[in-house]
This record gives sequence, C-alpha cells and structure tokens, in this order.
Amino acid sequence: MRSGIFSQGTRTTRWAATAAAMAMTGLLAGCGSGDGGSDGGTLTAYVYGDDAVKVQQAAVDSFNKTSDVKIKLVPVPGTDYVNKLRSAMGSPNAPDIFYNWGAGSIKPYVDAGQVADLTSAVNDDATLKDGFIPSIMTAGGLDGKIYGVPMRGMQPVMLFYNKSLFAQHKLEPPTTWEDLQKAITTFKDAGITPFALGGAEKWPELMWMEYLLDRIGGPEVFRKIQDGDTDGWGDPAVLKTAQTVKELIDDGAFGKNFNSVDYASGAAPTLLSKGKAAMHLMGSWEYSTQLGKAPEFAEKDLGWTTFPTVAGGVGDAANIVGNPTNYWSVNSRTKHKDAAIEFLKAMASETYAQDLVDNGDVPTTSNAASMLSGSPNPQFATDQYQMVEKAPSFTLSWDQALESKYATPLLTEISKLFAGKTSPEQFVEAMKAAK
Amino acid sequence: MSDHTPAAKTRGDRKAAVGNVGRPPVGWAVPGIVFFVVFAIVPLGIAVYLSFCDWDGLNSPTMTGLDNWTRLFKDSEFGQAAWLSLLLTTISWVFQTPVALLLGVWAAGRQRSRAVLSAIFFIPLLLSTTAIAMLFRALLDPNFGVIKSIGPWIGVDPNVMGSSTGALLVVAFVGGWQFMPFHTLIYQGGARQIPDVLYQAAAIDGAGMVRQFFHITLPQLRHTMTTSSVLMIVGSLTYFDTVLIMTRGGPGTDTTILPYLMYRTGFQTYDLGYAAAIATALVIVATGISLLMVRLTGFGSMRSTREGM
Repeated sequence: MRSGIFSQGTRTTRWAATAAAMAMTGLLAGCGSGDGGSDGGTLTAYVYGDDAVKVQQAAVDSFNKTSDVKIKLVPVPGTDYVNKLRSAMGSPNAPDIFYNWGAGSIKPYVDAGQVADLTSAVNDDATLKDGFIPSIMTAGGLDGKIYGVPMRGMQPVMLFYNKSLFAQHKLEPPTTWEDLQKAITTFKDAGITPFALGGAEKWPELMWMEYLLDRIGGPEVFRKIQDGDTDGWGDPAVLKTAQTVKELIDDGAFGKNFNSVDYASGAAPTLLSKGKAAMHLMGSWEYSTQLGKAPEFAEKDLGWTTFPTVAGGVGDAANIVGNPTNYWSVNSRTKHKDAAIEFLKAMASETYAQDLVDNGDVPTTSNAASMLSGSPNPQFATDQYQMVEKAPSFTLSWDQALESKYATPLLTEISKLFAGKTSPEQFVEAMKAAK
Repeated sequence: MSDHTPAAKTRGDRKAAVGNVGRPPVGWAVPGIVFFVVFAIVPLGIAVYLSFCDWDGLNSPTMTGLDNWTRLFKDSEFGQAAWLSLLLTTISWVFQTPVALLLGVWAAGRQRSRAVLSAIFFIPLLLSTTAIAMLFRALLDPNFGVIKSIGPWIGVDPNVMGSSTGALLVVAFVGGWQFMPFHTLIYQGGARQIPDVLYQAAAIDGAGMVRQFFHITLPQLRHTMTTSSVLMIVGSLTYFDTVLIMTRGGPGTDTTILPYLMYRTGFQTYDLGYAAAIATALVIVATGISLLMVRLTGFGSMRSTREGM
C-alpha cells in the first residue's frame, strides 16, 4: 500500500524540500562556477580539433616548460568549433587565445571589443614581423590592423585532375577558358563527368564562385564586398560569374547529379580517383584526402594546377582563393597578454614550422621554403608554396571573409543558384538585398 | 492500485495528509517542478523574450519590439518553411499511421514467430538518428550507393536527393522508417487492451476478420490513435536532425523546414532574436495543433471507449 509511505507527512515533506533545495543550490552553483577557472597563471587556448592538434600541443608543451604562465590547450571537435567559440566568447569562460580564420570570422568579436589589436606587437617584433609570408599576415586582418598570427598550414584552392584520363584523351590541364571548354566536351563525349562537385554541401560550390569572380572581375570586386559594401554584389562581374555557373551546369560540366553528391563522405574525391570524373576544384587538403582514401592514385595519377583564365576576364591567372591559413587571436580581456604574445612568437620558429611540415602541412612562415624537401610529399608541398608565394592576391574564402550574418545567406543563395531554383539575375538581387 | 486504498488509513492529525486522500504531499513534486521550471519554463520564457530582441549572442540583446514578428509574416522563406513543415507532417502521418496501425494490431495477436518479428521491427528505433541519416545518405549516393543499381529497377531516379520532391519524400521516409516501431508499440498496447469478449461476440454474430477490424478494433483504438497522432505531428513539426545531416535544407531551400530554418538563423547566421521568434511560432503552432486534436477527438474529456460495457 503506497499510502502507508506517503502518509508520513512532515518528515517526507521536509526531506523532499531539502532535496529540492540541494538540487537548486547545485544548479545555481553550477551556473556560477565558471568564473574561478581561468585564473592562477593559466591561459586557455581553443584550437580546432583535428589531426594537426599534435603540432600545437608540442608547441604548448615546450612553452610550458619555460614559462611561469601555463597554457592549457582545448581541442574542440571540428564541426562544433564555430558554435562553441561563439558561446564561449559571450560568456565569462572565454578562451584567452583562440584559433580562427581571420577577417570576417572574427569581425563580430572585434566589433564587440573582445580581440586584442596585435598590430604594434607584431610590427615591433622582428620575429613576428618578418616571420610570415606578408600576404598571409594581411589576409587575416581587418581594416589594416592585425588581429591574428598564422599558426597552421596554407590551404589554397587548386584544380586537381586525373592524369591518366588527361593522357588517355590527349589533353593538357586547362590554362585558358578555351582549353576548359575543350576538356568539358571531350570528357562528356567519353561519358566522363568533367568536374566532380560535392553539391550536397554548399562550400564546394562556393569555391567555383570565388575563382570565377576573381578571374572575371579581379580580386577587387570581392574586396569591396568584404569591406562592407553590399552594393558590390551589383558589379557586372558578379552577374557574369553567376551566368557562367549556369552555363557550366547546363553544359553538364558537373554531371547531372552533383546536387546529391557529398564531399564529407568521400563521394566527390572518389569520383576523381576512380576516373569517373576528370577534375575536381578543391582545397589543398584534397591531396591528403586522396592519399588516405586512394594512396595509389594520389601518388601516381593525381595532378594539380591553378584555375584557368576566363575569356574576357581581367583577373590575374596567378591569383589564389581559399584559406590562407588559420590564426591565433588573443582575447582582449586576458590577464596575461604578454605571455600570450610570447607564445605566438613560437609560431614563427623553425621547430614549429618543421613540425607542421612533418605533419604534411605547408607552413606560411618565410623560412618554410627550404624545409619542404623534407615534407612527406615534397613535390606537392613545394608547388603549393610557390603558388601561394607568387600569387599577387590571396582571397580568403567568402564564407570566412564575411561575417556569418552575410555568409550564411550567401551560401543559401549559392545553393539555390546551383540547384537551378534561382536565375543568375535573382541571385544578384538576393545578394544585394541581404542585410 | 490506489483505488483500493481505504480512506480511513490515511487519516491523521497531520495537516499535510488532510484532504489529500490517497495522494502524496506536494513536497514530492518539488524536485520535478524545479527541474521543469529551470530547464523548460525559464528557457521558454527567455526564448519568448528574445523574440522581441535583436541579439547576436555576443553583445547584450537590445529590444526591438515587434520587428522580428512583423518580419516573420513578411518573410517568404518563413512562409516556404512553414508550408514544407506542414507538407512533411501530413506526408509523415499518412505514411506512418496505416502501417503502424496494422503492424501494431498484428503484433498484439498470438501468432507464431510474432515475438521474433516484433523484435526485428523494433530495431530502427534503437539506432541513433545520426547513424540512420548517415546510413541513408550513403545508400542514396547517386554514384556509389545502392540506389544506383536498384533505383532504375524500382522506378526511382538515383538522383533522388537532388530533386526537390525526392529529397522531401526521402526525409519523410527516413523519419517514418525510424519512428514507425514506436507507434507500432503504442498501437500494440492499445490493441491488447481490447477485451476479447468483443471479438467473441462478433464472431458469434458472424463477423469476419475485416469486419471485426473495422467495427471493433478501429473504434476501440480511437484514443490510441489520437495519442499516436499527436506525438507524430509534434514530432514531425520539430523534426530536425535528419534534415541537418541528409539534405542540409537543400537542394536550394527545398527541405528547409521550420526547425532547420530556426537552426540556420540562430546558429549559422547568429540572428538569435529572429530565430527565437521562429521557435516561438513553432511552439505556438505545435501546441495549438495538439490542443485542437485533443479537443476534436474527445480525448481531452477522456470518454471511455468502453462505455456501457
């Protein structure tokens, strides 16, 4: 009989109330306990959690050996990184040092006064000032100020191709639009998809927009937009870019089913390695992806080159788009700013660059060129480094260059354009209207 | 059980027990209420408050009055998302209810190998939504998935995820595949409750299987159907994970249902005020629909399906 237990009135009531009170106190304590953590001479550093974390961990370990202020490295699993950083920055538990993509990706934090201006710290220090390729250092900044120090490898977007398919059809990798058209026709006739494109995701489509706009109108068109002028989308070059995309799609350059092809699951890279597609416009990580999934193909048949010119376009064929690198930025509220900057100097060191090279990355430090022969893939690493070093302009990926409030609608509009839901004209109108 | 509790036993001079015949004192509800208030009511209140604000998650929210709400009614994307949500909910209901009902009634019987088959049918519910979504993503890959080889045989274009209708149907199908076992279970429980005498009487009157089903099982399962439908509809309206993993709202925005639009607005665009308005609208609609269904079916007044028995 339950009533027997429950009729013990006051005692149970009191017990329940105590339990509830304890639960409540626990909750409240839980809410407030964050404040105490970051003190005691510790700097918290957030980093994007992937295979490369071991390189940062090594740098942290060696820094902690000599420094009074210790650094605690917190790797945040990749897909959660942006959200986790965002919520942490709005809370009292914000990291002291944090990984980011520079430019637009940190603009909200800069606007909120949360990011330390590193301009003078960098310019007054020879290690930092001369330590990195200049175009990379500036690409991460905002309004001519420096907010971050490069800390990982470069990730330019390149045109990858299947060498044996090109040899089989007696073609050279395209350098002009004419070559590209010829390659498209030839491969289509042979039943091969000219370009693999993971259109189920939006960012691979974005890469096409970035390169086409650069080649058609030059890097200035997007720079204007990046600097905050939404009217920049009204530039005729943007319309031409969208129209070119539509022509390529209608022409079958990406095949018929690219809209349901995934990148993350490996579908798009596999199309290239299996010879079902001839080319793939992708970030430089494609090389290691292929090396992991299809090692034989990556070593023998994987070729890479720059994006071709576009007929009538004014952009320099040596220009690059992609992610110049990732940066460490320092929280303006940190208690140990000097220690943080001291740690950033290690990013320019030879040891750190060497660790990156050993990990298969191409560092953005000025001293990297000579180390690349020791890379696991020396040819690819050297080509990539030279491509970036020679590039007159390195446009940061639009979704990182713009604040998320512009970048997300942009990705949605691009996806609509590629899915044939909107016309090039509607794309331009939608982008001009995005506020 | 408590029906049998004699009132006399709970008598006592203690105030807490007086007037609470057969019921525990309020104190017992406190932990539950505290958790419910802290984790459900307070956040809901904050979301409603935020729907009147402009907030990027970094600076403090600023009040903007009805801005988000007027924008909501003018936003064509919200309109499309609402329509798609409605469509998805309808498709899910039409797809799941008949199958779950039949399976549930069947599983309530005493046939051979029933237990084994029921256990197999139950498996999808045990898998994580993420795993299911990724599994189907792989199966439906137009170049390397099974769909490439079997699609043409069953009249399905291998590029099904690339077409607007196809993608929405796939989302509805995957959701249905996953949650049908749950509704089967509800119907099974409901069907088990139907007294055997009804069937025996019907059999004497000469009613066959089909007539028994339509004249006894279905009417007796009325309340079960309401329960299952409310859960199904609210579930479909707040359906999110499968869309995020399988279609990311695409192609274009053709599977961007309300919860996904809310996620995109809130956690990709960081327009948290507007996202809160979308979320609040969703809560209002889902609550409204559930209340309406409960009211219309007489479920709320809990009229017994066995009146007069």
